This record gives sequence, C-alpha cells and structure tokens, in this order.
Amino acid sequence: MSEPQTRSRLIIDADSILKLPRHIKLKHDQGRGLYVILAPERVFEPDETSVEVLKLCDGERPVNTIAQILAEQYQAPADVILADIIDMLQELADKGVVKS
Amino acid sequence: MTDSATLPREDETSNSETCARAPVGLLAELTHRCPLQCPYCSNPVDLERANTELTTQEWQHVMRQAAELGILQIHLSGGEPTARKDLEDIVKTAAEVGLYTNLITAGVLLTKERLARLQELGLDHVQLSIQDVDAANADRIAAYKGGSDKKREVAKWVRELDMPLTINAPLHRQNIDNLPAIIDYSVEVGAGRLEVAHIQYYAWALKNRAALMPTREAFMKTVEIVNEAKERLKGILVFDFVVPDYYAKYPKPCMGGWGRGIMNVTPSGRVLPCHAAESLPGLEFENVRDRPLADIWLKGQAFEMFRGTEWMKEPCRSCSRKEIDFGGCRCQAYALTGDAANTDPACSLSPLHQDWAQVAKEESHKPSPEFVYRRMGKSGPAAGA
Ligand code: SF4
Ligand code: SF4
Repeated sequence: MSEPQTRSRLIIDADSILKLPRHIKLKHDQGRGLYVILAPERVFEPDETSVEVLKLCDGERPVNTIAQILAEQYQAPADVILADIIDMLQELADKGVVKS
Repeated sequence: MTDSATLPREDETSNSETCARAPVGLLAELTHRCPLQCPYCSNPVDLERANTELTTQEWQHVMRQAAELGILQIHLSGGEPTARKDLEDIVKTAAEVGLYTNLITAGVLLTKERLARLQELGLDHVQLSIQDVDAANADRIAAYKGGSDKKREVAKWVRELDMPLTINAPLHRQNIDNLPAIIDYSVEVGAGRLEVAHIQYYAWALKNRAALMPTREAFMKTVEIVNEAKERLKGILVFDFVVPDYYAKYPKPCMGGWGRGIMNVTPSGRVLPCHAAESLPGLEFENVRDRPLADIWLKGQAFEMFRGTEWMKEPCRSCSRKEIDFGGCRCQAYALTGDAANTDPACSLSPLHQDWAQVAKEESHKPSPEFVYRRMGKSGPAAGA
C-alpha cells in the first residue's frame, strides 16, 4: 500500500472520485444523537448535508453524480448544488477527511 | 510521551451543547516509564512507579467504561506507552468497543512488526514526537543516543503501513530556529499533520523554564513561518500550532474547559480533569479501581471544583470571554499566583500579567542554564522498558 507520497494538494472538481480514507470514521453517535467524524486527534460534527455527501463518497461516484442525486432529493438546481459541494469537499479534502 | 503538545484539542466540538456533559477524549497515561528524558515532559515531577500501574484487565475495563460514557477517542500516552508489553491487549479492547485509538509515542521502542500488529488490532493513528531535526541536538534534548535516527525509521514504517502520521515537535529556545526544517521533515516523512506547540510551563518544563523559553522575537518569527507554510502546504500538511501562553493576549481554554471534554487517567488509575491537576492543593482524585468512571466524571470533587464558570473570581467572572477560554489554565494560575481560582496570568487582563511577561522577557534573553532532565526519583528503577 505504500505508493510513494504524492504530496500534492488534491483539487476537487466535478469529475473527482472520492472516498474516506480508512482512518477517517463517519459514525452516528447514539448518545449525542448526531453524526461525528473521527479523525486523527480531531472530532468534527458535520452538518446534515455534509453527512449526505460523505455517505455518497464511495470511491466510485464522481462528484457530479453526487450533485445530481442531491439535486433530485432536494429539488434544487444541480449546478448550484455542484458548486456548493465542491467547496465543501475541498474543505474536507484539505482537512484530510476525503481522498481520491 | 505527554508533553503539552499532545493534548487533544476539541475546538471543533467545543461549542456543541450536546457534548457538554459527556467527555469526548480520554488521555490514558499507560505508564510513566520512558527511555527518554525530555526536560519539558508534562508528566508530574513525582513519576508513578511501575509497580503501581493498572493491570491489563483494569485498563481494558477503563476502555469499556469510556465507550459507555460517550468518549470517542482514546489517546494512548505515557511516559512511553509502548513500554507496556500489553499495549496490544489494550488497543484491541479499545478498538472493539468502538473507540478511535491514537498512539502517542516517542517511537524508540517500536519495531515494524509490533506496529503492524497494533494496526491489525485496530490502531487508528500514530503521533510521533521529535525533539528536533538536527540529530545531535535532538538526542541531547531527549538524553537518548540514536533516538533521532530511530524516529525517522519509525515514521517510515508508519507510512509503509499506510497509517496516518502526526509529527509532534514541541518548540522551545533550543530548537526554535529549526522550525522550517521541522516542517520540511514532516512533509518528507509523509506526515498528514504537524503539531508544533510551544511548551507550557508546569511540571518538568517549569523547572527548566529559563532553558526553554524563547524570546518574543523568536516566537513572533514562528508565527510568520507557520502562517506561510500553512498556505503553501494546504491539503498536504495540516498544522496544529499552539502559541506560548507567555506571549499570547488571552489564554487557551485549558483542556477545552475543566471537566468539559477531556479526562486523564494516570498509570495508577487516578482520574484527573487535566494531566497536571495533581499539582493543585485541595483536590481529591478518585481511582478507577474504586469508582465507576462515569461517577467520577459527573460527580468527582476534582471535576466539580472548576467545572463551568461559577468558581471564577474577577476579572474572569464578569468577562465576556469566560465561556471561551474558561479562565485559562488552573495549574498555571496556581503555580504563579498561589490560588487556582485566579485568572491565569497568561491573560493580559490578569493583574499579574505584566510581572509575568517581564520574567519571560528576562529569562529568555539570559544565557540558557543546563537542563534538569526528567528522571525517576533516585531510588527508582532505571528509565526504560
Ligand atoms: S520524557 Fe519525552 S518522550 Fe518521554 S514521556 Fe516525557 S516528553 Fe514524552
Ligand atoms: S479575564 Fe478570564 S475569562 Fe477573560 S479573557 Fe482573561 S482568562 Fe479569559
């Protein structure tokens, strides 16, 4: 598994195919009644949309497809959703929460 | 290793009401044994002996109780946690009950096989401490020959196993100029995070304050360096930068607020709201051997003492930041003012702040004294596994 470190910033676009690295854990916390992302020495509390998006990041669907799914679900314009989730995913990628 | 840089910070969750009553993280000091002798170690000056340490079963019981209590992350620390031969059993239980496991290690006792085994058992993340990138200086600071080379090797293994790696480099006047090299090193070894924390002055670091405290100029430069590197390395290296209290305007919310998000269990099972809390008089620390962890967290005298804001004196009491920083560090307040309920003198609003800043200034400009190395008491066992 030890590919040489690419060590460059992952830039998210509509074609990016993303997944959560093994060491990032999205889980529902029963006691607190909310989702948490467990990361190295960090606990994030993603909002509802982020949870939806992260669940769809399965290493197969491109970001574009995720935007379409959400556009249908929320009956919102796909291009707006796409722009929003690219921003969101970029932020998460910079925190190491998603990878390609 | 448990220098001040290793404290989990829960800023992402700190303003969540839902989390206020259940702790998020538990710092498990599995042992105070450590082959290194860092002069800034945050372990108490009276280190706990090997023969008082909790057994494997007792630690496993702590892990199960922690999960039930709502704790999400376990920080396996020390001393040197790998000095315990049963680390595997403890990690296994922690992973089984769903805790996110973080190994905070100095690395020198590890083998690649052991690391692989720990990963198999569910270890999620490794935080490796370094003293410097200059090998001779690093080995001098830790008083451990060959440590620096060994750490480099350990970092390599962690990445070969495809585990996430954090480099933790406590900064002080004897390595502060190497910060750019420390950043390069972290990128080179494949770390995803870098913690550069300026030392906090209690325990061993207080003994060595004059040998450790950087000048204000040197400190300001680190802020610049980190800000630049943060931008340049966006998406490559996440920075966790802790500025020294001595030169800050307001203190940090120590432990994210007393009894709010984090608890600490010492090698012998004493449960502390903060790993330095034993330095405070008038607190009763209960032991996991005697009382359920949840009871200690919710009702323990030491936790209740400084929880929330009721205990505060002026200027904190009527300050608008009191729910943000919770008045700073109780241990520092006590060490420097003689009353743990006082405002931490790190705060610019503390009446004692000026005096304190002056001491910082004077000491940091004088030639550095020799280190007082972290060692067990005279009659103690030789440090090491
Ligand atoms: S002596 Fe150094 S490596 Fe050992 S526990 Fe203390 S800070 Fe960590
Ligand atoms: S006075 Fe107290 S609450 Fe206000 S900023 Fe200073 S330490 Fe924080």
